[in-house]
Amino acid sequence: MMDQIQKRLLEEVADLHTVPEGAYNLRANGATAARSSTANIEISSKADGSGIDIQIKPGTKNESVHIPVVLSESGLRETVYNDFYVGADSDVVIVAGCGIHNCGVQDSEHDGIHRFYLGKNAKVKYVEKHYGEGDGEGKRILNPGTEVYLDEGASMEMEMVQIKGVDSTDRKTKARLAAGAKLLVRERLMTHGNQTALSSYVVTLNGEGASADVVSRSVARDNSYQKFDSRIVGNAPCSGHTECDAIIMDKARILAIPQLEANDLDAALIHEAAIGKIAGDQIIKLMTLGLTEAEAEEQIINGFLK
Amino acid sequence: MLELEHISFDVTDEKGQKDIIRDISLTIPDHKFVAITGPNGGGKSTLAKLIAGIETPTSGRILFDGQDITGCSITERARMGISFAFQQPVRFKGIQVLDLLRIAAGRELTITDACGYLSEVGLCAKDYVKREVNASLSGGELKRIEIATVLARGKKLSVFDEPEAGIDLWSFQSLIQVFERMQQRTQNGSIVVISHQERILNIADEIVVLAAGKVVQQGPRAEILPGLLGTTAAVGACSVLEQGGRGE
Repeated sequence: MMDQIQKRLLEEVADLHTVPEGAYNLRANGATAARSSTANIEISSKADGSGIDIQIKPGTKNESVHIPVVLSESGLRETVYNDFYVGADSDVVIVAGCGIHNCGVQDSEHDGIHRFYLGKNAKVKYVEKHYGEGDGEGKRILNPGTEVYLDEGASMEMEMVQIKGVDSTDRKTKARLAAGAKLLVRERLMTHGNQTALSSYVVTLNGEGASADVVSRSVARDNSYQKFDSRIVGNAPCSGHTECDAIIMDKARILAIPQLEANDLDAALIHEAAIGKIAGDQIIKLMTLGLTEAEAEEQIINGFLK
Repeated sequence: MLELEHISFDVTDEKGQKDIIRDISLTIPDHKFVAITGPNGGGKSTLAKLIAGIETPTSGRILFDGQDITGCSITERARMGISFAFQQPVRFKGIQVLDLLRIAAGRELTITDACGYLSEVGLCAKDYVKREVNASLSGGELKRIEIATVLARGKKLSVFDEPEAGIDLWSFQSLIQVFERMQQRTQNGSIVVISHQERILNIADEIVVLAAGKVVQQGPRAEILPGLLGTTAAVGACSVLEQGGRGE
């Protein structure tokens, strides 16, 4: 059912060689290619055909959901809505990701809108990888929108990676946290060539004891442009931290805008942002260990983005 | 064997030209532990950097096992068998201690191998292999990891630039033991340590005294050390603390 290109994309974005265990929905070139629900996790198409709903029963533990998307046709543009309803007290892993292979002249674009509704004390680990390839002139565009709603005591850990091949990305993430909820975001981004990547976060801490930690590490090479815009709003006694740490190379440009808004006396909010080139002594150190200058640079970048 | 032949190094800044190293000729024989000492600003660290290839001499030649390496890059010298431990170890975000040891060894080290090197420098290995070589490590920890990378390389010539600089007295005491063990194993290669420390000079086979960019004394420890005791070229551990282990 899948060709070699699609299989390779699948491997890149979801580390999958065959169909995964547990619940999954594989979307290829604009249509569902395979789907499986389990006793606790039900995946169904939205009535209007705009995407899928994923219902996870309360108390579901140690299960996973894979929803990879692969695009190998040039010129395909789609917007898909995926809504996750995660029942109270469940503990699941959700793996998303999108791979685009574009060897044609037309732009390929996938805009995935993911909404997560976590019940009380639910726990989710979310992994999302974006990857592009193909030597056509058509651009590979990914504009993910993510909304996260955490009920009391819920926690979500998000790992979002875009290392290679996506020409243009505009990523918007919004989160709202109730009392005691916890959000952890680890974003890793590398841009090269003439790519542009915009990433914005608005995290609102509405309940007592809510906490958020949003950390982005990025590398901008060649003529690429990155903008990281992260805002944490504290409306209750809460704690928030956001950090942007970027390596700039060649003729790249980076704009980092960390923002904090405290609307409560006991909102403890911190931001950090650093942009800098690779330190000369780091390269020299690795050269004294026998690496060439180019190998040293790769090693530093790979470590930084690991 | 490392031979420096009439090495000079000068820099030009807004104040004009400054001679850092002036016509130094020096031989580091095989299987020897050589300590280079002398007052701050005497050119010791620069000499170490010239050996590693981080700086290039203004004039003179450097020979390693008879081969002229004056024009060789840092990488080439490293591959020929020269190791260098920085006075101020470099931090890397995201690179783990294990990664660094693997790069140093140039092969896939097992966790057990890596633990061996870390134990050698007095670090409890399981606490450290997965740690990042970043700002979370103290100066003393970094220094030991730096030395462990040199051990992992196990090369013919190892140069240590002021291993005592920037570490606390407690760390220093255990570092001395690391060097004492290395001294007993110089059959594996030569060791050059830039140091003011009496306890390091005390285990050296040979001592070279550098001042104002020149070699002012050179010879077996028994000849040189007595004349240095009580001077800034051979200080006790407490003075290291007072000076804050400052380098040049």
